[in-house]
Amino acid sequence: MGNSAVYLEMIRIRFLMMLAYRTNYYSGILIYSINIGAYYFLWQAIYGAQESIQGMDAAQMTTYVAVAWMARAFYFNNIDREIAQEIQEGKVAVEMIRPYHYLGVKTMQGLGEGLFRLLFFSLPGMVVIWLAFPITFSDNFAVWGFFFISILFSFIVNTQINLLTGMATFFLLYNTGLIRGKRVVIDLFSGLLLPISFYPLWAQEIMQFLPFQAISYIPSMIFTEAFTGTEIYQALGIQLFWAAVLIIPIQLMWVLAKRQLIVQGG
Amino acid sequence: MNVVEVEGLRKEFKSYSSRSGLAGAFRDLFTRNYQVLRAVNDISLHIKKGEMVGYIGENGAGKSTTIKMLTGILTPTAGRILVNGMNPHKEREKFVRTIGVVFGQRSQLWWDIAVQESFRLLKKVYKVSDDAYEAHMGEVIATLDIGPLLDKPVRKLSLGQRMRCELAAALIHNPPLLFLDEPTIGLDVLVKMKIREFLKEINRKYQTTILLTTHDLADIEALCERVVLLDEGKIIYDGRLDQLQKNWVEGKQIHFEFHHPVERHALIELSGGADVKWRQGERCNEWIAGIEGDEEAVSQLMSRVIQQHPISDVKVNQASTEEIIRNIYEEGLTHG
Ligand SMILES: Nc1ncnc2c1ncn2[C@@H]1O[C@H](COP(=O)(O)OP(=O)(O)OP(=O)(O)O)[C@@H](O)[C@H]1O
Ligand SMILES: [Mg+2]
Repeated sequence: MGNSAVYLEMIRIRFLMMLAYRTNYYSGILIYSINIGAYYFLWQAIYGAQESIQGMDAAQMTTYVAVAWMARAFYFNNIDREIAQEIQEGKVAVEMIRPYHYLGVKTMQGLGEGLFRLLFFSLPGMVVIWLAFPITFSDNFAVWGFFFISILFSFIVNTQINLLTGMATFFLLYNTGLIRGKRVVIDLFSGLLLPISFYPLWAQEIMQFLPFQAISYIPSMIFTEAFTGTEIYQALGIQLFWAAVLIIPIQLMWVLAKRQLIVQGG
Repeated sequence: MNVVEVEGLRKEFKSYSSRSGLAGAFRDLFTRNYQVLRAVNDISLHIKKGEMVGYIGENGAGKSTTIKMLTGILTPTAGRILVNGMNPHKEREKFVRTIGVVFGQRSQLWWDIAVQESFRLLKKVYKVSDDAYEAHMGEVIATLDIGPLLDKPVRKLSLGQRMRCELAAALIHNPPLLFLDEPTIGLDVLVKMKIREFLKEINRKYQTTILLTTHDLADIEALCERVVLLDEGKIIYDGRLDQLQKNWVEGKQIHFEFHHPVERHALIELSGGADVKWRQGERCNEWIAGIEGDEEAVSQLMSRVIQQHPISDVKVNQASTEEIIRNIYEEGLTHG
């Protein structure tokens, strides 16, 4: 597997690029902090005197909000927009002269971006939030282990959806609408803004059959220990399922896209 | 064995046009109007190892399209391609390791990171060993004089600086075959000369085969013994450059620079019986006479013109390659 050296190098380079533009992130930290703060006060108001809602108490909810946003910093990336841009500029065609897989490279760049944010954004951010809000961290090492496996899957599923949205540019004239719509759908249906268990039952039924819960809801529920025992394994199983299933449309779309690329010149 | 073996190569592009009006848009949903453009029209080309071939033609002649097919970026509509003994599409990853490509119009370096980071990445991509890299790239970097640029991000380089880095990047794996699509576009004379020297050097040293497109015929004159001339997707000449010069234009070019504007018909009248073609030059009040005939005819024409119209400058020279190519573009091969 000589290619892994290449992919590691891709991660390293993206990391360097992020470092070069790190000032962009100061504003990001502010935005995330404001979001977390706003949701914290919102949930405080909702809980009021209530002990627990849908099986979660107020402290768990605060932790849920904080960790959901911090995990987002890791799994979130802009490779859908990057792919769209590279398709429109004709750069993807030129990538065909390189001995690597374009989508693999894009995924690694996304990972480099995610790791950068995890280290320089989420970790310090978590400390700040821990000082500012009453958050409970688990003292169970296994929970942390499951959480990290889970956000790795969040990254994979979210990136797969990004690859699909990005590649749609091959077939659509204007893709910005789709990319924007996808972002809203993910924020809404992934459980970032509201835990899935808080949605009306009929909505939960539908969301069960969608991949979005694998992105935010599952890792956050694991971290807050709202999932326990076999629930954790089931949740990880759902993530694994989606990570595997999404490979199929990606491959299909890539074959079609490549055909379009090499026949019509992009 | 030939490095490039191309037989009956053809590329057609479909371009869709929309009908007008609402009814038209509705019909477009079911059947769309399209035109077929044949960008490359049944060309055959064979290039031997170590050759440097100039691939020239007017804008839109199909040069870039050919290169894209040879490098595996586009599939041909018809024809057979064998490059480095491989079909560029069948074994893409293996194939692309054996070629180097530069598109002058398009950067292949990573925009935001230092040049040497791009090099380091490509070194890994092409699995070049440290020793091979040091030995080969040390020299490339020295010859192209890009040492001081290595720690700068690509977006901060000037065009000429960037192009030298692009060239170096295309050579990291020291490919036996190099495709260069307008590598000297927009460069100053000194950088152009540096690049030409460099290409000559690697061709001499490693027997690198080079296929090069350019609109600067001085590139071709400096580098290529062989030119392939493309016109509307067809090869109209494939042979030695000096042969092209001999075959297509004989006679001389006289450049007159007049003090005052002069009309074409006045000049034609002065030509008398001689076979003279008048063409406006690029400079103000400049006219160029292409004359077929001996020195006698040349001096007679000159004296007739100068007597009638005061001049500030006059030059006589052999038709340049540029002149010849222009002639071919304008009048096709039937002439001359
Ligand atoms: N992807 C495409 N879709 C439709 N037509 C195309 C496409 N690419 C090229 N063409 C057309 O094919 C013809 C040849 O284009 P090509 O780029 O090969 O020309 P060229 O010889 O490289 O010209 P130049 O000197 O301007 O670079 C042109 O008429 C161009 O409009
Ligand atoms: Mg071109």
